[in-house]
Amino acid sequence: MKVVLKSILNSYNESDVRFSDIAFVIFLRLSSLAVISIFISLIYYLWSGSLPILNRFGWHFFFEQEWDPNADHYGALPFIYGTVLTSAIALVLATPISISAALFLTELAPRKIAKPFGFLIEMLAAIPSVVYGLWGIFFLAPFVRDHIQPFFSKYFGFLPFFKGPPFGIGIFTAGLILSVMIIPTITSVCREVFLSIPTSLKEGVLALGTTRWEMIKTAILEAGFSGILAAIALGLGRAMGETMAVTMLIGNRPDITFSIFSPGSTMASIIANESPEATSTLHLSALSAIGLALFFVSLSVSAISRMITKMTKSKFSK
Amino acid sequence: MKLKKSLHTHNLKKRRLKNKLMTALIGICSFCAVIPLAMVLYHIVINGISSLNFSFFTQLPAPLGEVGGGMANCIVGSLGLILIASLIAIPFGICSGLYLSEYKNEVISKSLRWTLDLLMSIPSIVIGLYVYTVVVVPLHTFSALAGGLALSLLMLPIVAKTTEEVLKLTQTHVREAALALGLSRWRVILFVVLRGKRSAVVTGVILALARIAGETAPLLVTAFGNRSWPQSLLQPTPSLPVQIYSYAISPYDNWHKQAWAGALTLVSLIFIINLVTRFIFSKDSYEKNNL
Repeated sequence: MKVVLKSILNSYNESDVRFSDIAFVIFLRLSSLAVISIFISLIYYLWSGSLPILNRFGWHFFFEQEWDPNADHYGALPFIYGTVLTSAIALVLATPISISAALFLTELAPRKIAKPFGFLIEMLAAIPSVVYGLWGIFFLAPFVRDHIQPFFSKYFGFLPFFKGPPFGIGIFTAGLILSVMIIPTITSVCREVFLSIPTSLKEGVLALGTTRWEMIKTAILEAGFSGILAAIALGLGRAMGETMAVTMLIGNRPDITFSIFSPGSTMASIIANESPEATSTLHLSALSAIGLALFFVSLSVSAISRMITKMTKSKFSK
Repeated sequence: MKLKKSLHTHNLKKRRLKNKLMTALIGICSFCAVIPLAMVLYHIVINGISSLNFSFFTQLPAPLGEVGGGMANCIVGSLGLILIASLIAIPFGICSGLYLSEYKNEVISKSLRWTLDLLMSIPSIVIGLYVYTVVVVPLHTFSALAGGLALSLLMLPIVAKTTEEVLKLTQTHVREAALALGLSRWRVILFVVLRGKRSAVVTGVILALARIAGETAPLLVTAFGNRSWPQSLLQPTPSLPVQIYSYAISPYDNWHKQAWAGALTLVSLIFIINLVTRFIFSKDSYEKNNL
């Protein structure tokens, strides 16, 4: 019986298969191959596009501090620095909030509140990046300039990280807006992880006489630790690739400065800013190389995150 | 004995206090997550509504120095770009989704799934850069074609993934029943499996449209924008998000107002699409995919 059924289901492999079935599956295969080949050509074009700059500067390109298109001198370090710093600020701010939100959704909130709350968090992801940028320019940046930065320079001004004149726009503001934008990403992955933890585990811990917080700490946060890491990695990937809001708020200056309140530039923002007007081959090639680096970094971050998620899920589904 | 007991109760009090504190902290932090949403929406509505009027939807951008004007060309341009993107991404996306769910054990299918996962995690600006080098540089001009292509690459994996997820939910006995009637496999796939889930597939496509409607970065380097009506496929094409961007970073007050009005239009469009699809069309399959 099983054999018969299987042979019917796989009938396109049999000798008496209908021509239309073969044509159909070949059509699907071809369209899939088209998608795959576009992806391969994406890697190829980014790579071949960045060859001129890599031939000229070698791998030093990524450690070179100076970016001066007028002198045809290119170095990507300021942008890597900006990307790392803004993403770090975003993660530091967004992680506790997102984990709390996920805990609130899964453990604390009654169903009636959890549903609309989850919807609101989703809507946070639906607002376009450019709208966050617009809001950032006219609301967040003045707020940072008038309230947050004076506070830091008053009490921590002796540290080099908080020095500098109050512009409002800068690395910190960009990180702040990024943190808002990655909250939904981290929250949704954390929520999935927390939901995958078996109820029996939570109940078992509670039955030992723990309070709810102790249950959350041991049965959820500690058991789901690797899942939380995966969520953070995914958020990191989003933060690094985010372009518009950062471009509008970071000030776009290709310098390395220690102060988090001074203007900077990220890998994504330099591509958005300069590729529409990149005329020399070398300039475009430098941007391609930055794009290629961004591509590989965000791919590996999301691959790591996906691997951890898979491992965590299989751990609990046993 | 007495001492131990008091220690124990003291400890319990401490633990309960800690429990309350931490619970409150979690509540406060979660509340913090939705504050920005409320503030963004508040500012968009307050600033947008004052400059949103009929001429916003019917007029071209006003020349510098003049008050008023609209974004009619950008709205048309955006719709055109989304149309081009859909024409490419929907057929390929649905075919990929079908292939992934119906022939999941083939080698091509496995590599396709891998490719789509990777495609989804590429930053949109990198896709813009790719289209820029492949289309814009050889043609020597920014164009609607390039913009539509960039958007389609962002849309394709979303459509494919949601289609696959939805089709997977079709129960085996439905397929078997259809096959037992003597239908050929392709008819079963198209007219039983796909058709049975068509409202869910349509919902997925609409949500993907909402997702790409606000994309700015890839359009900035591919379609760029201009200040008159979109002319042809091979010319720079204005779009709502890019116009919002260029107005927002400009130093002129009138342009800022226009940017707010544009943002209000864009956000309300996206929110309405999200709300409608979520509450009218099939509910459950979407909650799973989107949060």
